[in-house]
Amino acid sequence: MDPRIFAGPAAPSGPESHADHLARLGRLPTGRDAAAVIPVLEASGLLGRGGAGFPVGRKWRALAGQAGGRPVVLANGAEGEPLSAKDRTLLRLRPHLVLDGALLAADAVGADKVVLYIGHAHRDARASVKRALGERRNLQVRVELLEAPDTYVAGEESSAVHFVNARDARPTITPPRPYERGVDGRPTLVQNVESLAHAALIGRLGDGWYREAGRDVTPGSALVTISGGTRDGVREIEIGTTIGELAEQAGAGASARDRQAVLLGGYFGGWLSTERSWDLALDPIALRGAGSAFGAGVVAFLDNDRCGVRATSRIMNYMAGQSAAQCGPCVFGLRAIADATARLANGVPERDDLARIERWSQQLAGRGACRHPDGAVGHLLSSLRVFGPEWEVHQRRRPCTRERYAETDARSAAAIGDVA
Amino acid sequence: MATSFKDVRRSRVGVRDPAGPVIRTELVVDRIACDGFGMCAELLPELIELDDWGYPIVAAGGVPGKLLDHAKRAAAVCPVLALRLARVPVAAAPPERGAAGWHGNRPPSVRR
Repeated sequence: MDPRIFAGPAAPSGPESHADHLARLGRLPTGRDAAAVIPVLEASGLLGRGGAGFPVGRKWRALAGQAGGRPVVLANGAEGEPLSAKDRTLLRLRPHLVLDGALLAADAVGADKVVLYIGHAHRDARASVKRALGERRNLQVRVELLEAPDTYVAGEESSAVHFVNARDARPTITPPRPYERGVDGRPTLVQNVESLAHAALIGRLGDGWYREAGRDVTPGSALVTISGGTRDGVREIEIGTTIGELAEQAGAGASARDRQAVLLGGYFGGWLSTERSWDLALDPIALRGAGSAFGAGVVAFLDNDRCGVRATSRIMNYMAGQSAAQCGPCVFGLRAIADATARLANGVPERDDLARIERWSQQLAGRGACRHPDGAVGHLLSSLRVFGPEWEVHQRRRPCTRERYAETDARSAAAIGDVA
Repeated sequence: MATSFKDVRRSRVGVRDPAGPVIRTELVVDRIACDGFGMCAELLPELIELDDWGYPIVAAGGVPGKLLDHAKRAAAVCPVLALRLARVPVAAAPPERGAAGWHGNRPPSVRR
């Protein structure tokens, strides 16, 4: 499959200009043609790329039919997931594709305002989008560029709306959900920037074109962020590409024996052993069936000489620290899990730490205003499945089979490292 | 014979209304407001237990008719009004949602 989102100039030449963008892709459908894009999006099978995978066309249709004032479009490029870099890369290299998608969405659902919500840390992405906005004339809608705080939950959709309304990027109780009552109390389409970029292409080229790509169940292409190989970074893949193929491309091994496990989706995603997943298709449906998730397109390989318990412990500590600290089960539950996993990782567990984290991980899902605790315990449950014997070894205070207990966190930080 | 409003409401708990979806009463916790006072679990141990930190875990499946009065009392005594009863249509098939993300779309289980 030829690149779609990243068709056009190669990465080293930097952001594509508006003139080049138009010369390459032509004009965006507007007015009545924009509204006609909704059924095309539905037919395309495009799924949202922020993590939840909700069908994009269905979301736009819900907005178009919503009472309660003129809608607002919130283009979500907060990208707080430490293992993901695809949104900022997209915003930096193809700002006009994202703007197109946001403007098309505004036109299609009848919005008169677009908010571009981009992570504070993603400086190059924001600069590129700012420049791109300067290249556009006669915009029919008001477009605002807003810096999202650098927290994990800032990108959650009710957090994003809350931040736009009150400069507080913490989740709110739903319902009402943003599509019912969001920015300024108006129906709000919160859509990940990659989803918007795909929509901008589908709007021009049609659903038949979009469906030409895709090898397994789900059609299309997707941006993924790979780590744990020798050629890490953001790539565009055909959906259904296998984990093994991607590993080979990214220098993460030629067979399942070269890497121990892979974390898919992101910190809220799930672990799979490479042995059982090497030929598995990177497809939301196939991954769900395997107990993992496509999520935000994170593919992080774990070396054979790294400890899965320690990797999980670091991530649990991060997730506990990133709780918005509003809901008791999340505040206390995730902290307790993080502390117990840290003791286990260091080989100094209390007597029933493993049993306790197993119990807690069953109790927390669905008990927060947002799904932060659900994501964290989902991750932990997958780790308990994949690294089960290693967790037992740690609980029994036997020597870790992969690393020595005394080894510093710095070394394992490189195992599941944050993508810069 | 005239039917009271209360009877009508009761009769709809967990019952298929010929004109609409199955409606049932559920306990809904405002997780942000909840401070873990735990009074709900004392008054309604049949449906609410507390986790290790004192926050409620509500049994799935709605409130059976015979516990409705107890449930109402439990909601009424919450010092921060974090517990309430909601009449919820039980969807035949829950809306599609993300597999693991907290970005996930929750089923529209509660309507204000």
